[in-house]
Amino acid sequence: MAGLLKKKKSREPEIPTSSMADIAFLLLIFFLVTTTINVDTGIGMTLPPELDPTVEPPPVKERNLLTVLVDEQGRVLLEDQMSSVAAIREEVKKHVLNEGADPAYAESADKAVVSIKTARKTQYESYIDVLNEAWMAYYEIWDAEARKLGFPNYKAYRETVESSKDDVIRQRIKAKISLAEPDEGE
Amino acid sequence: MATFQKKASNAKQDIPTASLPDIIFMLLIFFMVTTVLREQTIQVRTLLPDADAITKIEQRRLVSYIWIGPLKLTNNQLGETAVQIDDALIEDMPNVRNIMYRKYTEQPKLIVSLKSDETSEMGVLQDVQQELRKAGTLRINYSARPRAGN
Repeated sequence: MAGLLKKKKSREPEIPTSSMADIAFLLLIFFLVTTTINVDTGIGMTLPPELDPTVEPPPVKERNLLTVLVDEQGRVLLEDQMSSVAAIREEVKKHVLNEGADPAYAESADKAVVSIKTARKTQYESYIDVLNEAWMAYYEIWDAEARKLGFPNYKAYRETVESSKDDVIRQRIKAKISLAEPDEGE
Repeated sequence: MATFQKKASNAKQDIPTASLPDIIFMLLIFFMVTTVLREQTIQVRTLLPDADAITKIEQRRLVSYIWIGPLKLTNNQLGETAVQIDDALIEDMPNVRNIMYRKYTEQPKLIVSLKSDETSEMGVLQDVQQELRKAGTLRINYSARPRAGN
């Protein structure tokens, strides 16, 4: 009994702090890893390189080109026909997947180009709306292609290939959305 | 000899770790406070448009920003559309080319993120894009927010 009492006396009442460092380390690592603050999202594009005035631009057949014009009021002209933003998606899909069937649309998906032209006074928002629709058309085409290969959607397919070079769907049907040269001296 | 050995075993050999949590907490607080990532005062309003076909920019190191939007004036008024790169407003368009070309030589894989207000006119954007083409920085990204419910 006496031995037991002695043992109790030697232990001071204290909270074990040895694991405190580990907890703090964990917190530190958590903050180090997570402080990326709001990831940037947006529509990725590649601008055409600057034109060499001495070299003629490569000719594009009229039928392979789907021209979309956005005016000051945000109205949309598709191949010089009054249209709407909502109609662009279907029209682009028809254009790209035509494969030479209709003489008004592209010869093949490989050659199809969507050209977007804006006026100087066009609002940025309507331009993004149009660009978004054109991109969505391509995403829907890729989704359909991925489903043919047995994937639920294009994103699931993309995750199975390592680099963009192995992405067969996108190699075959490239998104060709071009921004038309602005008119000089307006 | 025996007594000497006994003495040695009695001495405490471990490093005091009692202050270790404090040191690490200090580090933790330092990181929490400093990770604001060079905040720039943006002098133009950039209300980003919504879009569906958006992608994330994974490599943040490669990104350089250009803000385009109406100038923020005092008492909440908006001025003319202006272009801002880093901390400065751009007065002359050719300056865009010089600044971006310098950035391009430092980072050839540069992605230019255009943070443009949804009300800006395409004219300014076209001018900026023409300058970017001349500078050779062709990878761009129209910054947009994901549409709600997506």
